[in-house]
Amino acid sequence: MSARNRELIGLIPASLLVTAGFAGVFIQRSNALSNVSLTYGAIFLGLCLATHIFIRMTLPHADPYMFPLVALLASFGIVMIYRIDSTLARQQAQWFVLGLVLFAVTIVWCRDYRKLERYRYVIVVASLVLLVLPRLPHVGYQANGAYLGVRIPGLFVFQPAEFAKIGLVIFLASYLRDTRQAMVMGARRFLGITIPPLKHFGPVLVFWGFAMLVLILLHDIGSSLMFYGALLAILYVATGRLSFVVVGLAAFAIGAWYLGTHIPHVHDRVEAWLHPLDPTLYNRTGGSFQLANAIFAQAAGGLFGEGFGQATLTIPGTHFILLPAPQTDMIYAVITDELGLFGACAVILTYLLFAARGFKTAVLARDSFSKLLATGLTAVFALQVFVIVGGVTRVIPLTGVTLPFISYGGSSIVANFVLLALLLLVSDRARRPA
Amino acid sequence: MNTQITRVFGLIVVLFALLILWTTRWTVIDAKSLRNNSLNDRTLVQELRIKRGQILADDGTVLARSVRQAGDTWARTYPTGPKFAQVIGYSLPRTGQAAGLELSRGEELRGVQTGLSSVFGPLTSNRVGDDVETSLDPKAQQVAIQGLAGRAGSVVALNPKTGSVYVMVANPGYDNNHPDAPGTTQFNRSTQANYPPGSTFKIVTATAAIDSGKYTPNSVVNGDSPKLISGVPLANDGNKSWGDIDLTTALTYSVNTVWAQVAESVGRATMTKYMKRFGFYSSPPLDYPPDEIRASDVHSLVTGRPLPPASPNEDIGRIGIGQGGLQVTPLQMALVAAAVANHGVLMVPHFMTKAVNQDGQTVETVHPTVWHTVMQPSTAAEITQMMKRVVEEGTGTPAQLGNVSVAGKTGTASVGPTGSNLTQPWFIGFAPVNDPKVVVAVTIERTQGGFGGTVAAPIAKNVIQTLLAEGK
Repeated sequence: MSARNRELIGLIPASLLVTAGFAGVFIQRSNALSNVSLTYGAIFLGLCLATHIFIRMTLPHADPYMFPLVALLASFGIVMIYRIDSTLARQQAQWFVLGLVLFAVTIVWCRDYRKLERYRYVIVVASLVLLVLPRLPHVGYQANGAYLGVRIPGLFVFQPAEFAKIGLVIFLASYLRDTRQAMVMGARRFLGITIPPLKHFGPVLVFWGFAMLVLILLHDIGSSLMFYGALLAILYVATGRLSFVVVGLAAFAIGAWYLGTHIPHVHDRVEAWLHPLDPTLYNRTGGSFQLANAIFAQAAGGLFGEGFGQATLTIPGTHFILLPAPQTDMIYAVITDELGLFGACAVILTYLLFAARGFKTAVLARDSFSKLLATGLTAVFALQVFVIVGGVTRVIPLTGVTLPFISYGGSSIVANFVLLALLLLVSDRARRPA
Repeated sequence: MNTQITRVFGLIVVLFALLILWTTRWTVIDAKSLRNNSLNDRTLVQELRIKRGQILADDGTVLARSVRQAGDTWARTYPTGPKFAQVIGYSLPRTGQAAGLELSRGEELRGVQTGLSSVFGPLTSNRVGDDVETSLDPKAQQVAIQGLAGRAGSVVALNPKTGSVYVMVANPGYDNNHPDAPGTTQFNRSTQANYPPGSTFKIVTATAAIDSGKYTPNSVVNGDSPKLISGVPLANDGNKSWGDIDLTTALTYSVNTVWAQVAESVGRATMTKYMKRFGFYSSPPLDYPPDEIRASDVHSLVTGRPLPPASPNEDIGRIGIGQGGLQVTPLQMALVAAAVANHGVLMVPHFMTKAVNQDGQTVETVHPTVWHTVMQPSTAAEITQMMKRVVEEGTGTPAQLGNVSVAGKTGTASVGPTGSNLTQPWFIGFAPVNDPKVVVAVTIERTQGGFGGTVAAPIAKNVIQTLLAEGK
C-alpha cells in the first residue's frame, strides 16, 4: 500500500473520534443531536481530507502517519474545547483553517527547505526579537506573572515563543551542521570528561546564557527548559558527545535554581510545585490554587474519567472558577478528569507516536542539516508536551505553554502546523526513492 | 548520528513515561486522599449534585427530602421541622456541617456504592441516594411533645424486642431547616444530658441484688430512716421509717434506705458489673453521630470529673438510689427498662429499619441484634413483677392504663443546692407486662417539688397508650 493510502486510512480514527466526541458532548448537555454539531464535524473532516489530498499532490513520499496523528490530536482538542466553550471551539476551528493555509504556504515556499540555511542569521535574529517582544512596553502582555504574549491591539494576543522555537531550531541545525566537526576534533579529555576547546565550547555557553535570558525575560522555567532541551538535543546529535549534555544540564540546573530563588514569580511557581496542598499557598494570589485544582481534577477522573462534559469547571450555581484556564494550560487536567487515566495515556501515547515518526524521519534523512532539523523540531515539540503535561501533573513546576494541537490558541495551532510542514518536507525528501 | 537520535528518542520515552506515572499517581494511587482533601471543592460539588434519599417515619411521613437547586444541585428540606429536628439533624455540604441521622446514615442517604464504582470512581455524576426508613412514630412523638408542654426534658420510647426507637423528644430543640437560628439548641437531652436518674436507678440495683443471688424479691431489709450510708445519714422521703420490709415493698414505695443498704451489701464490683451490662460506661450503639451521644457514668461530686468504673471514691450506697454523682441520659434509662422488658436481653437501639433504593429494592435491612445479656430471664421476670406493683399500688399509679397492665419505676432526683425544693421527676416503664411491646423513659428538668409519679408518669402513660393503640 502506498504511503498516501495508509495516511488516508489513518484518518479514520480521527474522524470517528470527532464524531463520537461531538455526539457525546451533546448527549451530556441533554440536547438532541443538532445539525450544527454534524456540520462542525463535517467541516473538520473535510479539512482533513483536503489536506490529505494536498499532501498527496505535493509530498507523495512523506511519512504517512504524522498527519493522521496530528488530526487525531486536533480533533481531540476541538472536542474538548467545544465542551468547555462552544464559542472558543468556533474560533479554534478558524485558527485551524489558518494553520492549514500556513501549512500549505510553508510546503510550497520551502519546497527545498535547505535554502533556509542561507537565511539562518535573519531567522535567529527574528526569533530573538520575537522572544523579547512580550517585555516591550505597550505590546507586551503579562499573564499570571509570565511574559509570554504580545497584544496586537484590537485583534488578538499572540504568543511569539511558539514561532521562535521553530526559528531557533532551524538556526541551530544549520549552525551546528557547520561547526560540529570542529567542536569534537579539538576536544581534550580530562577526568573522563570530554572538554571541547574553549572557542568551540563558546556556543554551548551562549546557549546556556540564552536559556537563562529566556528565564529572566519570560519569567518562565518551562519555556526555557523547552528551548534549552531542544538545543541540547541538537548539540548531542551533532557532536555525539554526552558530556556536552551533562555539563549543559548541570549548568541549567544551577542557573534555574539561582534564578528560581531570585525571581519572585518563578519562586512562587516553585513553591506551589513543592507544596500545592499547603492551605496558605493554596489561598494566596499566585499561589498553588491552579495546580492543586489540576491535581484534584485528575483525581476526580480516576481510571475511566467522569465522561465527556462532566468535569466540574465552576461551582454550580455560581461563577466561581474551579479550574482556571481549562482550555489552554489546564486542558490536560480536563482530559484526565473526563476521560480518566486511559484517555490521558491515549493522548500521551499519540504524542509519543508522533515523536517516534519525527525521530524516524531524522534517522532516514540523508544529510546532516535535515537530520538536525528533524531532531530539533521533534525534540522541541515533544519537550513542549513534557513541559505542560509535566507542569499539570506536578513532575516539574507549572508553566503556561500550550499542549500542541489540543490547547486553544491561534499562535500554537498555526506555529505547530508550520512545524509539521517542515517535518513532512524533510520526510518527503528522506523517503523519496533515489 | 542515528545512534544519538535513537537515544534522544529514548529520553523522550522516559520523560513521557514519567508523565504517565505521575498521572497514574493522581488518578489512581493518591486519588482517594485527594478527593477527601479539605481544599478540594470538587468533592463538595459532587456532594451537592447527589440527590440524597428521603428519611421516612414508619407511617411514611417524609422527615427529610431533597429539593432541586440551580446548577443541577440539591438541597435538603425538613417538612416536619422542629418535631424531629434532633433525631434527623441536617446536612449542609456547603459548610461541611451535618448532624443527626443525616450524618450517621449519610452513607445510605448518599447511595451505597457498589464495589465496582468505588474502585473506578464515580461512573455517573447524577447520583441518587437511598431512602432511609425509620421506626419513628410521628403520632407518639407529637403526644410526647404535648406531654412536655414546653418544659425542658426528654421522652424516649422504643421497642424492647427489636431496639427500634419510636419516640425521641428533647426540649428545648431547634428547627433543622434553620440549624443555627439564635435562641435554639441542637443539644439533644435524650442522648447527651447528664441527669441524676434518681430512684429509677433502683431497677439496676435490684437487678444486681437478685441476679447475683444475694437477694430475692422477698428478702427483708430494715427500712428505718435515717441510716448512715458512707458515714453520712440518708433519709427516706418524709423521713419515714418503714421497719423490716421485703424488696418488693421497698421498690413499690421507693424506700431509699433499703436500696442504699442493698447496694452497699452487693458491693462496688457487682454493681459496676451490672451497670456495664445495662450499657453504662459506654455510648449506646445507636445509629446516631458519636459526637451527639454520651455514655452514662459516675462523676465525682467533689471535682465534677468522671470517676473510673468501681472507683474507691464512689459512694456506692447513694449511687444505688440514683444519686452519688450518677449522670445518665434518658436513652440509657429507657435501655434499663428495655433490658428488663425483653427478659434480660438488651437489644441494640436503632432508628433505621431499612434502606430502599430508587427502584424500591431494599438494599440494607437492620436486623435486631443483641447488645448485652444483662440478667437471667428469671431475674427479669421477678423485676417485672416488682415494677408492676409500683404502678398498681406504689409511686407509679398515675401510669395505670385501664385494662393494659404497666410496669414502671418512678424517680424524683433532688437537684440544685441543698435545701432547695428543685427536683427532676422521672418515669421509666413498659407495657403490656405479659408481652412488653413498648418501653418509655420520661424526665423533666428542675420542677418545683414535682414527683416522678405525678409529673412524668402521665406523659409516659399517654405515649404508651398512643403506641399500643397504633398496634405496636
